[in-house]
Amino acid sequence: MSEKDTKKETLDEDICHYATRLGDDAIVLGHRISEWVSRGPFLEEDIALGNVSLDYIGRARMYYTYAAELSGDGKTEDDFAYLRGERDFQNHLINELPRGDFAYTIARQLLVDAFNTYYLAVLTTSNDKTLAAIAEKGVKETKYHLRRSRDWTLRLGDGTQESHKRIQAAIDDIWGFTHELFEHDELERRLIDLGIGVDASLFKDQWLSDVTAVLEQANLVVPTQEWAVRGGRDGYHTENLGHILTEMQFIHRTYPGCQW
Amino acid sequence: MQRIPTISHEQYEREQYRQRSGAADVWVLLDEVKDPEIPVLSIWDLGILRDIQIQGEQVIVTITPTYSGCPAMDVIREDIEAILHANGVKNCAVKTQLSPAWTTEWMTSQGRSQLRDYGIAAPDDIADYDKGSLTPESQVRCPHCGSRLTKRVSEFGSTACKSLFQCDSCLEPFDFFKNI
Repeated sequence: MSEKDTKKETLDEDICHYATRLGDDAIVLGHRISEWVSRGPFLEEDIALGNVSLDYIGRARMYYTYAAELSGDGKTEDDFAYLRGERDFQNHLINELPRGDFAYTIARQLLVDAFNTYYLAVLTTSNDKTLAAIAEKGVKETKYHLRRSRDWTLRLGDGTQESHKRIQAAIDDIWGFTHELFEHDELERRLIDLGIGVDASLFKDQWLSDVTAVLEQANLVVPTQEWAVRGGRDGYHTENLGHILTEMQFIHRTYPGCQW
Repeated sequence: MQRIPTISHEQYEREQYRQRSGAADVWVLLDEVKDPEIPVLSIWDLGILRDIQIQGEQVIVTITPTYSGCPAMDVIREDIEAILHANGVKNCAVKTQLSPAWTTEWMTSQGRSQLRDYGIAAPDDIADYDKGSLTPESQVRCPHCGSRLTKRVSEFGSTACKSLFQCDSCLEPFDFFKNI
């Protein structure tokens, strides 16, 4: 094998790994939101949550399909979603936190939607055409997601004493999980250098000022605590991921190779 | 204000592409394939049918998804294959293309009026139509009675591509096919 071929193979491996991570982020959060279906606070909101969840799961499928293509060993997107263990998943931890109450779900969506607004916009300019194409779809959907999570944050934060208390508690609880969104390991650094991966550290300040503006308008306080939880990209998870995978994977594992 | 009936540049390009394509009869054949969630709307009128190529014995159809998680895409793929097989095409492939991303601008004028007849407000039924703009909170023209005294009930409707409205004149709820 020539040196050039080896180089291309290593790059394909890197991109496959990266696409899998992005798929992990999307499927874990998509699954979390889907837990609301039939439990939403009222019918319209139930439907909205189902729709947002579907956008994420669809995005996960596109990332996994691409990863499967790059892995070139006959795998499909299903192998990535249903047949990997907890340590193989490398999603950011914020996505696997339980759905909590409605305020908790909305608080997480606000932080993640604001993040995705920037992340996907940069990914549309990736030198990898497939990742750019997936982002191009996602960026449009995220506009709608962010507007909804922003509207709800305002309503809950500026609503009753109870709704205010709950969403403030949620923001305080989740805040420490936002830091790892903006950090990168060697794999992602390599891809950032090639103009393929997204360097999220470049838009952290903008993200913070966007989120701060919404929280302040909602009479909420931006947390100042100094704690941070990390490890998702290394496959170190909170106990919550195991619970999601148990539910999400059991059919595929109980009936190997089953098809609809 | 009376709007002069024009079609967008995107629609014009699509029409031209279809006319110039060498596979005229296959395009017509695929007009029979409808969106399973809005069965009056063909995949051509919806804008997700992007290309048809004939290479030797093989017919290659290219479609593009409306939304990332649109569950109708799998059904549409099967419907395309079924209709081609039924019409003697033995060898066909349905490819999915993600970029450029689907936009409501690709919907045909016929598609828009079919939507309204079906009880769904079309993307350009908003008061100040600005392509790519998000769903407004009010003043989407009601497909039932034509009133503009309407308000948004939810950003997301029965499917990802729609949001839910309510008409204060005829009091009926309706879906709005949102701009994207």
